Amino acid sequence: MSFPWLTTLLVLPLVGALVVSLLPKGSTIVRPVALGVALLTLVVGIGAATQFRIGGGTAGEPFQLTEVYSWIPQFGVSYALGVDGISLSMILLGLVLVPICIVAAWDDVPAVGRRQHAYFALMLALTSMMVGVFAAIDVFLFYVFFEAMLIPVYFLIGVFGGSRRARAATSFLLYSLAGGLIMLVAVIGVYLAGPRGTDGFLLSNLTGMDLSVEAGRWLFVGFFIAFAIKAPMWPVHTWLPLAAEQARPATSVLLVGVLDKVGTYGMIRFCLTLFPEASQWATPVVLALALVSLFVGAFLAIGQTDMLRLISYTSISHFGFIVLGIFAFTTVSQTGATLYMVNHGFTTAGLFLVAGMLIVRRGSRDLRDFGGWQRVTPLVAGALFVSGMSGLALPGLNSFVSEFLVIVGTFGRHPWIAVISAIGVILAAVYILVMYQKVATGPRPAGPEVEDVTDMSGREKWVVAPIIAAFLVLGFYPKPVLDLLEPAVQQTLQTVGISDPAPAVDTAANHSTEGSDH
Amino acid sequence: MGGSMFVAPEINYTALLPMIIVFVGGLVGVTVEGFASRRTRYAVQVPLSVATLVLALLALVLLGRDNEGITAAGTVAVDGVTLALQGLVLVLSVLGLLVMSERFGGEQPDAFTQSGVSTPGSAEETLATKVGATTTEVYPLTLMSVGGMMLFVAANDLILLFVALEILSLPLYVLAGLARRRRLLSQEASLKYFLLGSFSSAFYLFGAVLLYGYAGSTRFSDIAAAISSNVGMDGLLVPGVLLVAVGLLFKVGAVPFHAWTPDVYQGAPTPVTGFMAACTKVAAFGAMLRVLYVAVEGARLEWQPVIAVVAALSMVVGALLAIVQTDVKRILAYSSIAHAGFILTGVVALDVAGVSSTMFYLATYGFMTIPAFAIVALVRSAGTEATLVDQWAGLGRRSPWIAASFTFLLMAFAGIPLTSGFTGKFAVFSAAVSQGWAWLAVVGVLASAVTAYIYFVLVVQMWLGDPGDAPGTVVVRPSWMTSFAILVGVAITLALGVMPSPVLDLAQSTAAFLR
Repeated sequence: MSFPWLTTLLVLPLVGALVVSLLPKGSTIVRPVALGVALLTLVVGIGAATQFRIGGGTAGEPFQLTEVYSWIPQFGVSYALGVDGISLSMILLGLVLVPICIVAAWDDVPAVGRRQHAYFALMLALTSMMVGVFAAIDVFLFYVFFEAMLIPVYFLIGVFGGSRRARAATSFLLYSLAGGLIMLVAVIGVYLAGPRGTDGFLLSNLTGMDLSVEAGRWLFVGFFIAFAIKAPMWPVHTWLPLAAEQARPATSVLLVGVLDKVGTYGMIRFCLTLFPEASQWATPVVLALALVSLFVGAFLAIGQTDMLRLISYTSISHFGFIVLGIFAFTTVSQTGATLYMVNHGFTTAGLFLVAGMLIVRRGSRDLRDFGGWQRVTPLVAGALFVSGMSGLALPGLNSFVSEFLVIVGTFGRHPWIAVISAIGVILAAVYILVMYQKVATGPRPAGPEVEDVTDMSGREKWVVAPIIAAFLVLGFYPKPVLDLLEPAVQQTLQTVGISDPAPAVDTAANHSTEGSDH
Repeated sequence: MGGSMFVAPEINYTALLPMIIVFVGGLVGVTVEGFASRRTRYAVQVPLSVATLVLALLALVLLGRDNEGITAAGTVAVDGVTLALQGLVLVLSVLGLLVMSERFGGEQPDAFTQSGVSTPGSAEETLATKVGATTTEVYPLTLMSVGGMMLFVAANDLILLFVALEILSLPLYVLAGLARRRRLLSQEASLKYFLLGSFSSAFYLFGAVLLYGYAGSTRFSDIAAAISSNVGMDGLLVPGVLLVAVGLLFKVGAVPFHAWTPDVYQGAPTPVTGFMAACTKVAAFGAMLRVLYVAVEGARLEWQPVIAVVAALSMVVGALLAIVQTDVKRILAYSSIAHAGFILTGVVALDVAGVSSTMFYLATYGFMTIPAFAIVALVRSAGTEATLVDQWAGLGRRSPWIAASFTFLLMAFAGIPLTSGFTGKFAVFSAAVSQGWAWLAVVGVLASAVTAYIYFVLVVQMWLGDPGDAPGTVVVRPSWMTSFAILVGVAITLALGVMPSPVLDLAQSTAAFLR
């Protein structure tokens, strides 16, 4: 048996969380230990990635680094982990963002004491859940992580958030729980519809099963509602702005940047793979919802005065793009969508964390309290500008590649939808530039509130630098990531049984031939 | 017309030994009350009752499986289900008894009045307190009740079932009225429980009479045979089944027979509430399973829809009413109504998975309920239990371990994965869905989401609430007995969430009825 990479990734942060929470009460090394564990996990994650063979999966056996053990045979549940290109990229995204977030959150709970222990222990516990939810290849195990990860987020928002944290945490939890519980019925249904037996929840045993049309559609709906809430899509998005506004920026990054991707990831991994017929049946509705999310998110973002709410609405808009790419069912659009899932993680991280730096300095989230800050804190304002440019998909930065692929890929099948969605790109420019204008441009503010404000500290530079580096790398050279994603996307589409409409822009295929000798 | 001769029935005393031990232990306890001095009673009763229960459990484990069979002229069935549920009742009642024995460093069990017969606030009460009277009769009462519960799950005959029902209920009526503080509330609870309980017993008896009229016998096997030979007196059968079910549904607190639950749960001494909630549910569901699955299984088309509707109502009403409660004990009471609905979802399935999932759920529910009520008993304000949700504000900051335990138990109640509550819900829902009751499972998950709301309101209150300038709520330091019960309950709740396989195996291997 080879080294259990994924289990290690799962256990390491959990052990870290335990160690952090058990450190003696007055301990001053909580934060360094947490950061150390996060970095170590990242190193192990990279190690796992080196063991992953690009294009090594097949339609019958799409997962690598697999570990399968019987867990609750009476229910047909296995402890089964494995990754394909999509899940590996999501795990790596998370593992990169966690240390960044820990550094960003360094002074969130400055006082040494139990609260600090709890804060960083919860972050590490969340890391573990995150790995689990993307690595699970057993439907039941996925469900377990899907629900269990709510608890650390609930406490991160509820205990450490802003003044309306209790409400925010509760609405987050109830939305997610309601969606999850509906999915639970579908999870049971999938098992009963499948071959059952002691490993009946394994994804490989459930793929390609012979479902009646009606059952497939019901089950699809059960899963889709949960994922739509998670993603979040209009009209079940209302929990996100509240949660993002009340949570600490670092929490928001992990929540919106990584965990909400479980929604779109789940659509690909479960909705599409398990219920191909129902997925195509639901496509018109899903595409319509995606477009509505895209525009509702964008318009509401334009209207916001709260910086964190604004960013969360941009995310709703971007999730619209991602869902569009997934349900356009072309290799290009889905590759774009999955790449977007990675890119959006970094973009959101940049926006939330830099906004957090501004909020700490000004003591307000309200855009109207800012103005002229590029003269107060040029570096922070500059970082906001670069993150914003990534958010509006400036060519040369990461999001451009994925947004372009989504629109091009969608065009091949639904030209009109692609054209309409392109308007979203313009709206993105509006909300980002309006935000930047309100925060940074104008004369230098004169009030006492900016007197002692200092520009970016060394710690904050360590937060921003890797994010901007990621923008540039993924913007100029996305090939390695595309190579990782594309075979997985092709397998998915193969399972769904859809082929690309016409030989459109086949960038990805070129990449993979070049990519073999890197 | 042949001459009938009385033949003494064969009784397998070994099979009945666990019950006999418990009843004898109870009688010895009564004797101790008569002869031991006030000072020594507590010191004698606690070990005596715990030893009785442990001894009965040992007898059950060592002798039970080799002595399965229907005995005592067909009135008692000792089979896998009986043994599993009797074992569960015994283990739970050990924990319950330990919590009841908590003294917090005083001279007598803290939860119980020193003089149950005196009028609250009267001179007699003051005198009893002064001379140091104790209410150690709770121990024999509890043992009697436990014995009744064990008989209840084994009863294979409508008459014996009724006898067992009364044996288990009467001590509980008394126990519910013995609270030390807020005695009027406690006595009111006791009276309500007694009156409504008698009422439901009457329903049960009437149903039993109708079934006797239908089948000409009170044995479950005879009733089943009569149904399968289709004697065609459905006018007796259907009302009979439903009325018997009413009596049993009352005991589990299912809607619309739930009205007593919140008042009794609130008024009874908290440790008794925990014991009652956990053990009575086990016993009553055990009896219900046997009646429905063994005796009247053939009439399933008549009762299955009714039970399904009761299950749905219990889940919905329990969940909805729970969210408007402001008292922790009442929240747990309404949640127990909702849980009765969840368990009924498993009962409706009517196959072997229905039995095993119901039994598994009963175990998970029991092991989270007793510690939950034990913790409620620890949270005090000015000497009395602080049961208002507002009084729990900020508890997490002052007593992180107790608050963390309670939070974990609430998550189990809510059915969050990696707790036993989730495994249990999954078991009953999948049993129901596999038999075509998907709508019931949908109602169940929606109700779960609703109940989760109120549990998390409590969690929010504990961890985020601001105590303000309200009189300080404190957590009293428990002795090893309460601590042990809480620890065991939490550990099992975790274990059944993470590694449920062995217990699921046990539930599956014992899920067959002898008919």
